[in-house]
Amino acid sequence: MIESILRRAGQSLVALLLMSCLAFVGINMVGDPIQLLVPPNATPAELAQASKELGLDKPVHIQYLRFLRNAVHGELGTSFVANRPALQLIAERAPATFELALTALTISAVIGIPLGMLCGLRGDGPLRKVVLAGSIVGVTVPTFWMSLLLILVFAVNLGWFPSGGRGDTVVIFGFATSLATVDGIKHLVLPAVTLALFNTALVIRLTEAGTREVMGQEFIRFARAKGVGGSRLLLRHVAPNVMIPVVTALGLEFGQLIAFSVVTESIFAWPGMGKLIIDSILQLDRPVVVAYLLVTLLIFVVINFAVDALYLVLDPRLRTKAH
Amino acid sequence: MPPAPPPETSWARLWRRFAISRVAVVALAVLVGLMLLAALAPLIAPQDPYDLGAVSIIDSELRPGEHGALGQTFVLGTDAAGRDLLSAILYGLRISLVVGLVSAFAALVIGTTLGLVGAHFGGKTDAVIMRIVDLQLSIPAILVALMLLASLGQGIDKTLLALVIVQWAYYARTVRGSALAERGKEYVEAAIGQGLPAWRVMLHHVLPNCLAPLLVTVTLQTGHAITLEATMSFLGIGLPQTKPSLGLLISNGFEYLLSNKYWISMFPGVALVVLVASINLVGDQLRDVLNPKQGD
Repeated sequence: MIESILRRAGQSLVALLLMSCLAFVGINMVGDPIQLLVPPNATPAELAQASKELGLDKPVHIQYLRFLRNAVHGELGTSFVANRPALQLIAERAPATFELALTALTISAVIGIPLGMLCGLRGDGPLRKVVLAGSIVGVTVPTFWMSLLLILVFAVNLGWFPSGGRGDTVVIFGFATSLATVDGIKHLVLPAVTLALFNTALVIRLTEAGTREVMGQEFIRFARAKGVGGSRLLLRHVAPNVMIPVVTALGLEFGQLIAFSVVTESIFAWPGMGKLIIDSILQLDRPVVVAYLLVTLLIFVVINFAVDALYLVLDPRLRTKAH
Repeated sequence: MPPAPPPETSWARLWRRFAISRVAVVALAVLVGLMLLAALAPLIAPQDPYDLGAVSIIDSELRPGEHGALGQTFVLGTDAAGRDLLSAILYGLRISLVVGLVSAFAALVIGTTLGLVGAHFGGKTDAVIMRIVDLQLSIPAILVALMLLASLGQGIDKTLLALVIVQWAYYARTVRGSALAERGKEYVEAAIGQGLPAWRVMLHHVLPNCLAPLLVTVTLQTGHAITLEATMSFLGIGLPQTKPSLGLLISNGFEYLLSNKYWISMFPGVALVVLVASINLVGDQLRDVLNPKQGD
């Protein structure tokens, strides 16, 4: 098993290296950021000077190797715009994104799992039809348009929630959080709900399908024959078997949420990594773009690896298959 | 036992089973209607929204149903530049559909080829192709698109390229799966045994039997591509302002939304949602009809 896990770790590392290379070389094909950074009346000598200071005069492969060496040391370049380490900028914004993504994940689990189980238990009925139709809407309607709809209804017309920003935050354990103040929570509601929408639909469908499948299994009939019923049957026999794929999906979806927060954060002016990356792309701030992509890819590779490794631990059949 | 029905063509059978769902039939009708509207946009739109001579700034931000300076009625209102929104939406629909269909078709060709090659030759070729597919599918499409557009820059060609790169892996996986199943069957063995060249076996024998899942994938992926393009254009890193797709129209109306001028971004949004929803409903029904065993 250790060998399989190590093999997966190696594959993950290769994937990360490959993607960092693609990201770096790709980003370096974009127009010349120097032009944006120097005053419009700069002389060619000043241009050359600035280019040299930023290391942009070297060939691409030299820039990449230097970048890689620095990356191993935790330095992912300095932002052209803010003139501060790119990684530091991202680290400052990351807690806001994680807070948003975790809140969305919680919403989708708390709403999706009970609804999905209920639909799965009831079988074909009006409830199932309504919930599944709703989940199709959740999957079909683009996130950004749903955000606009919510802003129009709840921020502009009803005035219940603000249309953007993060509101008051409180520092707990060194991280600023919106969850501790009423104003903060009010700011969090709309972006978190939009972000959770797609996932909730997914969780409902997965739980529903899982529950239906488990309910038809022999061991449930056995448990029933033994006289187990009601909440005990549900919690001890059905739930654990339904939950394994759902929890896995939730884990993998966390990465999706971080990626999708790019859209949500841009619309709600939520000061997280997602807004930072869009702003940086528009300003051609290459080091920040590359650093963001690397950090996000790292999060993905780690999540995928963790899920794979967990499977290897849980399911002995996979261990032989991996060879 | 009822009398045996007359023999059906496979298209007729497909249609009969597709039409079991009333919703899917309506969705198909809506989709065909939208495609016709998009194709005929220059003929039926009340105004050419990008002809500066036809657009007057005096008519800007008019509510739906209000009349312009020349007495014309703007059924869906106007945007900040005084463009008729109905016309802008018809033209936007055209751009969104073209981008979605072109990218889906290009990804179909590339993905199908690689999937067939992988399934046919197996071994190292297959391993390399599928490893790339797995790698790409493990990252969300939006992140891949973001990475590509951040490096390539804005533009219709770059957006198309990004969409193709995002999508090809889905086709490759779909085709490889069904091709692998066909590969083990006797008729393929026979074709190979006859000494037919590999391309002929792949295109004439294996591919025709992979068309059902491909049809499903191409429908659903077109919907995804349109949504993804709209999202990227909304964020300002997709199509340029000169090619205003639905996503760009929605983006342009965003700032007016906050002052309750909802129509500028809401109506293009409704058009987008109806388009994507009808595509998805048609695709879902196709999937139920053609390969009931395959999940998502």
